[in-house]
Amino acid sequence: MHNPQLNAHGELNHLLSIDGLPRDVLTHILDTASSFLEVSDRDVKKVPLLRGKSVFNLFFENSTRTRTTFEIAAKRLSADVINLDVARSSTAKGETLLDTVDNLVSMHADMFVVRHASSGAPYLIAEHLRRTGRDDVHVVNAGDGRHAHPTQGLLDMFTIRHFKKDFSNLTVAIVGDILHSRVARSDIHALGALGAAEVRAVGPQTLLPTAIERMGVRVFKDLREGIRDCDVVIMLRLQNERMNGALLPSAGEYFKCYGLTPEVLALAKEDAIVMHPGPMNRGVEIDSAVADGPQAVILSQVTFGIAVRMAVMSILAGN
Amino acid sequence: MQAQNIHIRNGRLVDPKSGIDRQVDVFVADGLVQAIGTAPNGFVADRVIDAAGRVVCPGFVDLSARLSSLDSELVAAVAGGVTALACPPDTHPPLDEPELVERLVRRSEAIGLAHVYPIGALTQQLAGEKLSEMVGLSRAGCIAFSQATKPIFDTQVLLRAMQYAANFGYAIRLQPQDHYLARDGVAHDGEVASRLGLSGIPVCAETLAISTALHLAEETGVRLHLSKLSSAAGVALVREARNSGVKVSCDVAIHHLHLSETDIGYFDSHARFDPPLRTSSDREALRAAVAEGLAVVCSDHTPVDEDGKQLPFGEALPGAVGLELLLPLVLKWADEARVPLLLALARVTCDPAAVLGIEAGSVSVGRPADICIFDAQEPWCVSPETLRSQGKNTPCIGWEMTGRVCATLVSGRVVYER
Repeated sequence: MHNPQLNAHGELNHLLSIDGLPRDVLTHILDTASSFLEVSDRDVKKVPLLRGKSVFNLFFENSTRTRTTFEIAAKRLSADVINLDVARSSTAKGETLLDTVDNLVSMHADMFVVRHASSGAPYLIAEHLRRTGRDDVHVVNAGDGRHAHPTQGLLDMFTIRHFKKDFSNLTVAIVGDILHSRVARSDIHALGALGAAEVRAVGPQTLLPTAIERMGVRVFKDLREGIRDCDVVIMLRLQNERMNGALLPSAGEYFKCYGLTPEVLALAKEDAIVMHPGPMNRGVEIDSAVADGPQAVILSQVTFGIAVRMAVMSILAGN
Repeated sequence: MQAQNIHIRNGRLVDPKSGIDRQVDVFVADGLVQAIGTAPNGFVADRVIDAAGRVVCPGFVDLSARLSSLDSELVAAVAGGVTALACPPDTHPPLDEPELVERLVRRSEAIGLAHVYPIGALTQQLAGEKLSEMVGLSRAGCIAFSQATKPIFDTQVLLRAMQYAANFGYAIRLQPQDHYLARDGVAHDGEVASRLGLSGIPVCAETLAISTALHLAEETGVRLHLSKLSSAAGVALVREARNSGVKVSCDVAIHHLHLSETDIGYFDSHARFDPPLRTSSDREALRAAVAEGLAVVCSDHTPVDEDGKQLPFGEALPGAVGLELLLPLVLKWADEARVPLLLALARVTCDPAAVLGIEAGSVSVGRPADICIFDAQEPWCVSPETLRSQGKNTPCIGWEMTGRVCATLVSGRVVYER
């Protein structure tokens, strides 16, 4: 089956998912991101790679943080950035997703950064662009349902590479609500493609997707066992609406069983790093002593996120 | 259109009910099959159809076809060789009042293409709460009662519905799916859904509902038909119940014999079905159930316009058109599974007719001449232009098919010809 992210020459035309991307494509993005890191340290934080291009932030689901980092990344590449709060405008008036896209294409959009509550929505847009002969317009998935959040996955890989250099000897634990997490799925695919030695999925069965082991992970229902001797611990956010109900009895019991405390973290390797895609729920999935502790690299993730998003947009635009 | 005297010459008659599979002529007059083999005395043909190299068989009987527009979909039916079809009650408004059923019957008779057999709503508004007026609906033309895809939450209502139906000898059809377990689900709960981040419908949603239905059917003695099985475990339950003497029949939708969860690919909404496509081993079990005669095959014809499909997978409407693809897809299955034509055609002719309890699905002397003539070798490629249905929604666009309907007779009239 043709991978809709790649063009006829096997080059990245859209970034929709990490699933199916070869290692060299990922490495190229990470290397490019490295070269952008220093741009953020300059007095004039801009390079002209996307000058004259229009990037549309198309957020069908609210997200201030991710939208802002994409906006900063696009502006540092000198693009014109248009933020559309679609959650509250056109679609609320009954316009379909693809009608919205057609309208923006007519306004000469060069790139869409799409966040949508439904898994696969960016694929629908990319396929529509192909069918209407507008393959020159690029799509970046900024999170679709539970499916994928590829730039988050890439910035997580960038962070791991920054601190651990090489993937081949790493044991990585992903902890928490994997069932609903697009970040977890993107991380699992990225770690697989980059050759991590072992990827673990840690959480209660109510929060683990069916047949998750078929994605190449080892499943641990017990946090202590899952964390033992890990090099990297990726904590996932537990959404408020999942805390009290049929998935979990309470936030308190969840923290007791799956919250990352200094005592639990001590079971990991001494130099293990702790990551979190944010926003954190302190005292639910992570103890403040860990979140603010020396092993946490959570704020580095945010900084690297901008460089990674610059790299993705720059590569898609053909640089 | 006046009924003609028609001589169907040199065709290979395949009639599963009688077991005939040989080259023989068929003579039609006054809407009925008058003779097979030798012309009746004094028969003068108004028309001779040369069926040399072609198969002559009973028109297909389809257990489930949604008719978005009666005019277009009945044309699609006869173009697909379907001469009798049952229409589920989830129309707008649902078929829960005798007047609606009478109107449907009247209009379809006036159109004069495929025979339409309405299935009445089991409960008012299909809401699963109050029983519908089954006697009135039956008199208006309903041949069975069903909830289509709508749930009955309260098991006591289901029990009462079955008791009431059993009291009058009516058949009940259920699409077995536990509403709570299937809630929000859009795909089979397995590897593909997990990878794509789609909410899953577990197999136990089907098996649990089958178990409930079978227990209640045994309790009430109602004639139960389970529609659109999707899993190996579901098939196994029905087989076991049948072996222990429960009166139950079941069907499988034609797409489930060919597709599996992997056909979702990159979120292809044309692979969204209700019930969902499951694993390839489930598909094999469904094929086996059809081959052994446990299950019959229906088209589950469901036209959906482009707006209903051009949406993210989970928001898109489920279903595909099937009336015009029923024959080639049955032939494709028969070919791949090495099932003889006679047996394969039984699953879309006399077997579903028996489920419906109607006199159809057979070419026999004295019976209405509902006949399909097809070329079993003709290759063709499915494209939107080849479909007469209003719906062009099918995962089979671009498929190379073998076997195509050449002509269809309903009550002795040629209603389709190519």
